[in-house]
Amino acid sequence: MSTPAVKSTARNEHRLHPLPARIMHWINVAAIFIMIGSGWKIYDDDVIFGWLHFPDSIVIGKWAQYGLQWHFFGMWIFVINGLVYLTYGIATGRFRQKLFPLSVSEILATVGDALRFRLAHDDLTHYNAVQKLLYLGIMAIGILIVLSGLALWKPVQFSELAALFYNFQTTRLIHFLCMAAIVVFLLVHVALALLVPQSLLAMLTGGPVVDDKPGRAVEPAVEIEATH
Amino acid sequence: MPLRTRTLSIFRPRKPVDQSVLAENRALVDDINRRNVLRGAVSLGALALLTGCDVSENDSVQKALRAVSSWNDRVQAAIFRPNHLAPTFSAAAVVKPPRFNAYYDIEDVKPVDGATWTLQLAGRIEDKRPWTAQQIYGLPEQELIIRHICVEGWDYIGQWSGPNLRDFLQRIGADLTAKYVYFICADDFIESIDMATALHPQTILATKYANDIIADPFGYPLRLRTSTKLGYKNAKWIKAIEVSNDFRETFWSKQGFNWFAGI
Repeated sequence: MSTPAVKSTARNEHRLHPLPARIMHWINVAAIFIMIGSGWKIYDDDVIFGWLHFPDSIVIGKWAQYGLQWHFFGMWIFVINGLVYLTYGIATGRFRQKLFPLSVSEILATVGDALRFRLAHDDLTHYNAVQKLLYLGIMAIGILIVLSGLALWKPVQFSELAALFYNFQTTRLIHFLCMAAIVVFLLVHVALALLVPQSLLAMLTGGPVVDDKPGRAVEPAVEIEATH
Repeated sequence: MPLRTRTLSIFRPRKPVDQSVLAENRALVDDINRRNVLRGAVSLGALALLTGCDVSENDSVQKALRAVSSWNDRVQAAIFRPNHLAPTFSAAAVVKPPRFNAYYDIEDVKPVDGATWTLQLAGRIEDKRPWTAQQIYGLPEQELIIRHICVEGWDYIGQWSGPNLRDFLQRIGADLTAKYVYFICADDFIESIDMATALHPQTILATKYANDIIADPFGYPLRLRTSTKLGYKNAKWIKAIEVSNDFRETFWSKQGFNWFAGI
């Protein structure tokens, strides 16, 4: 097993994860952390599900006002960073290159491979169809959680937007379910990153140098044995 | 649990291992298994979350968070649409009685005597003569069937009526270019709203709920009801109104809740 080919002379824009993408990824980690922790505190003041109450030890903010302060601080980081990231991904062609094309048959084939434990991770620079679908899906959830959040924050000023979410309690529910989806994504995302440590390392160092056009590795790609 | 005796392998000791130790310490083992490991894991998570001791209470952290909250006040004022109406509902949707909330329980409400009550006026107002309940209740009424949204997350539809605040401010010769309108209440509560909200068409001094005079717990004889603020900004048992250009912290903003609290 070789280590990721990292050369200090290589230019950042040619890496698997260019510097701007890495910076925005880790800013997003901090923002998501603040938003979920403080969101749980806000949730606890008037629970949606009687059986679900987040313990004080895992929420951000000892009192309701602290939870609210963190949430309405974190929202700026999450939204601004997210907007810059989406603009960057679209403008540089990163999304087009990494996440498209995406076909239903490819997704089914990848799911089949995964079920038969035949998924290959031999090339970090290439996302399989399920990865593409998950990354696109989590971006859609990110947009939905911001829109439902805006509808909760300003149901009167943005009453046109709020109407799309039916009423105040259904908006809360949608906002909550988006959070739950992000938590599930994070569990899978972090577990896989730990299973394939090179991918975690790549998000810190930039990873292998790639050729711009095809989005494939130029230098020897990281080799990971497909032992699942 | 009985020890197995039938299928002893040749590698097993002739005499079974003394399991009394396990039995004696069963409680301890269970305790370690079930609770401490779980608690340990959660605590570790909590430590990672930096909430073991709440950093929010740290002076500089709190200062920064409140600075962001003040910035959010300005953003909310900027996106406020002065003539945009909140959705209204039919009388069939009205919840009776309204939901109570204050910084104390409903049993601790001290009713206000309407016969001796007066509304005092202060600040940038030309005619500061106090008003009796009778005079206020004689003013033209406006009805609002609007959603009440609490910062905690619950909501209900309420039916409120009473004099329009803009009309009232004009009637008393208030300076409508001033920045803030303060409501000083009988329960040592003080809240204030921005002038744009005070002049919004759906901001009233409510005297009635569902066509009946407001009951004691909900603000008799006079309370604020506006469609564009969270519940906690809607002052109850108002005893004085002050128009001012000076910003002073209010009951909830002092405790760290957002001052503008627009919805």
